Amino acid sequence: MSARQTYTRPVAGWWRRNPFYRAYIVREMTCVAVIAYALELLVGLGRLVRGPETFEAWLTSLARPWPIFLNCVALLLIAYHAWTWFEVMPKTLPFISVGGRRVPDRAIVASGAIAAVIASLLLLLAFLYL
Amino acid sequence: MVEPRTRNIRLECLRYAPGIDAAPRMQAWDVPFTDDMSVLQGLQYIKDHLDGSLTFRWSCRMAVCGSCGMQINGVPKLACETFLRDYLPAIRIEPLANFPIVRDLVIDQADFLAKLESVQPYLIPRAPRTLAEGPYRQTPGQMDAYYQYSQCINCGLCYAACPQYGMNRNFTGPAALALLHRYNSDSRDAGKAQRMEVVNAEDGVWGCTLVGYCSEVCPKGVDPARAVNQNKIESTKDYFRHLLMPRGSGSR
Repeated sequence: MSARQTYTRPVAGWWRRNPFYRAYIVREMTCVAVIAYALELLVGLGRLVRGPETFEAWLTSLARPWPIFLNCVALLLIAYHAWTWFEVMPKTLPFISVGGRRVPDRAIVASGAIAAVIASLLLLLAFLYL
Repeated sequence: MVEPRTRNIRLECLRYAPGIDAAPRMQAWDVPFTDDMSVLQGLQYIKDHLDGSLTFRWSCRMAVCGSCGMQINGVPKLACETFLRDYLPAIRIEPLANFPIVRDLVIDQADFLAKLESVQPYLIPRAPRTLAEGPYRQTPGQMDAYYQYSQCINCGLCYAACPQYGMNRNFTGPAALALLHRYNSDSRDAGKAQRMEVVNAEDGVWGCTLVGYCSEVCPKGVDPARAVNQNKIESTKDYFRHLLMPRGSGSR
């Protein structure tokens, strides 16, 4: 094709232009909470290696209002991050048929999320009572 | 008979004339419309009555040809199936995002068409078949595996919705990868090994970060995001197959 004069508009700031893009950025940014919590656990592991007193001191330092608040925020963000993964789960799966009927995407999302909630509850119960 | 009610809408439209305008500008008109008028008909009213120089693509007027894709209030849509009545008091119309603008609402499709060609979008049979052997047979289940991906009308809305394509023009993009998946999942086809090169490439499926807006704007329910992300799994399988069996792994 002959070279014709065209105009290409800049893409900078694309994520601000549409609510769908903003939701995508929020989804991606919540991974920061996942990283932060992973680092926190890593620090805890380091303290544990240094001995029980250091570990206990670290636990006490976390049992203050600010760390508790930040961990609660992280829990919310991580829960949302996990939910967004279930939301896109159907996109990664081939069509699944049960009894000759295609399983709707909503059922795939719901079954994934429900399985995660049950697994989390079982883990919590095991942690509290075993 | 009752006369249809006529109202006015402020229609704001991007204008760009190559060689005259250094950059696009916006121009607005008050367009009279009835409740049954599409955005495309609004543009046609402008061209017929207000400014004959306004340039846009259209053909079938019924969401089949895929010509009239444009950004309507910032959302990629087909102008023929979008109605002016839903946008009172004002509507903003721009050419599809991420494409170079040729003139007004007309975008340059050359790159998009090249991407479609790059995936070998035709049946590559195992062995050539003569006419005497008759047609290929397929069960409804086999057809179901690719049918929705074959519904693409090449309107380009998914490329306008894809920020990855906007930032990297080399990305193969949603429609082309969905078309690739359409042929790869067809029971009559044996060309998967050749097409995996496109899938595995840096600008193949791995250029996608699953924003998912392509599937949201698709007027035909093709769900290109699904085609692309299923092929990330295919690409991963292909990689490990190649790693474990460097020779005779088939695809690559």
